[in-house]
Amino acid sequence: MNPEPQAGIDEGLRSELSKQGIFTTKLADIYNWGRKNSVWPLQFGLACCAIEMIATTMARYDLARFGAEVFRPSPRQADLMIVAGTVTKKMAPQVVRLYNQMPEPKYVIAMGACAISGGPFKQGYNVLKGIDRFIPVDVHIPGCPPRPEALIHAFMTLQQKISDQTFAGPNRPRHLDPAAPSEFPVPQFGEHDLVPPNNRNVWQPPARARHE
Amino acid sequence: MTAYNPYLLIVVFLAAAAGFAVAPLLTAWIWAKLFSPKKSGPEKNAIYECGLQSKGDAWVRFKSEYYLYGIIFLIFDVETIFLLPFAVAFTGLPVGAFIAMIVFLLLLVEGLVWAWRKGILNWA
Repeated sequence: MNPEPQAGIDEGLRSELSKQGIFTTKLADIYNWGRKNSVWPLQFGLACCAIEMIATTMARYDLARFGAEVFRPSPRQADLMIVAGTVTKKMAPQVVRLYNQMPEPKYVIAMGACAISGGPFKQGYNVLKGIDRFIPVDVHIPGCPPRPEALIHAFMTLQQKISDQTFAGPNRPRHLDPAAPSEFPVPQFGEHDLVPPNNRNVWQPPARARHE
Repeated sequence: MTAYNPYLLIVVFLAAAAGFAVAPLLTAWIWAKLFSPKKSGPEKNAIYECGLQSKGDAWVRFKSEYYLYGIIFLIFDVETIFLLPFAVAFTGLPVGAFIAMIVFLLLLVEGLVWAWRKGILNWA
């Protein structure tokens, strides 16, 4: 799983030791194991995807199996923001502000066609065409709305992403990276559009190739 | 040799209670100093946490007329406490009790009429 070489101990020796009942691990692995199994999402729904998110937490789908049943009503206590639903331009500043208020390390799942791209309202004047224009999104889920299984899959993808993170290097979590910004600029609700319409540090407009 | 002082127990109890309260706070503070990620900012340290920006000052003044309103409400609220047992035992009570209760009610109504004529119920 981990592309980084095992620091200090040879992979073959590690496997040989585990056959003898001696389990070796890295501090980062224990750290990530703890982090990925107690991700507390922010209790925050924007539209119909939120209903699927609620269903995911209930007994039939049971997100509690992954340690994420504690939906926090305050951004101060949340690790994960599930952007579930259409982000209107009027709501986008609040979403960014809530993300800013979450403690580090924090992750974002953009759930549903609206949250990742604007979805069926992409041509509309009042819908943000993807929350990844303002905050860094870790996992995108397509679907309108995605089934609870899709959210669980996204959550497992996020868990894999967390467990692959290292203490140093480019793959380290945000809170260990001094260069990562502590806050993202909150857009203002301007006369025609959000000002600025996107954050170029996290999102670049797709390059357009013209074929003559 | 000092005699047994019963207040010593209270002092010990107070010290234990203070330690019980301070120790978690101190642990949290030290933990935050040592291990918390150093990423803060004005948004993150904002007091209000609902995504919206707070406006104005929380230290606003309330009109003092509100308290007169509140007191009048409270008097009639307390009155029902007397009225309810009176109503339950009404059939078995002598005429004197009925008259006493009517006098009590009229006294309160008189106070209400007085407050009304003073203009307290007009929210200007």
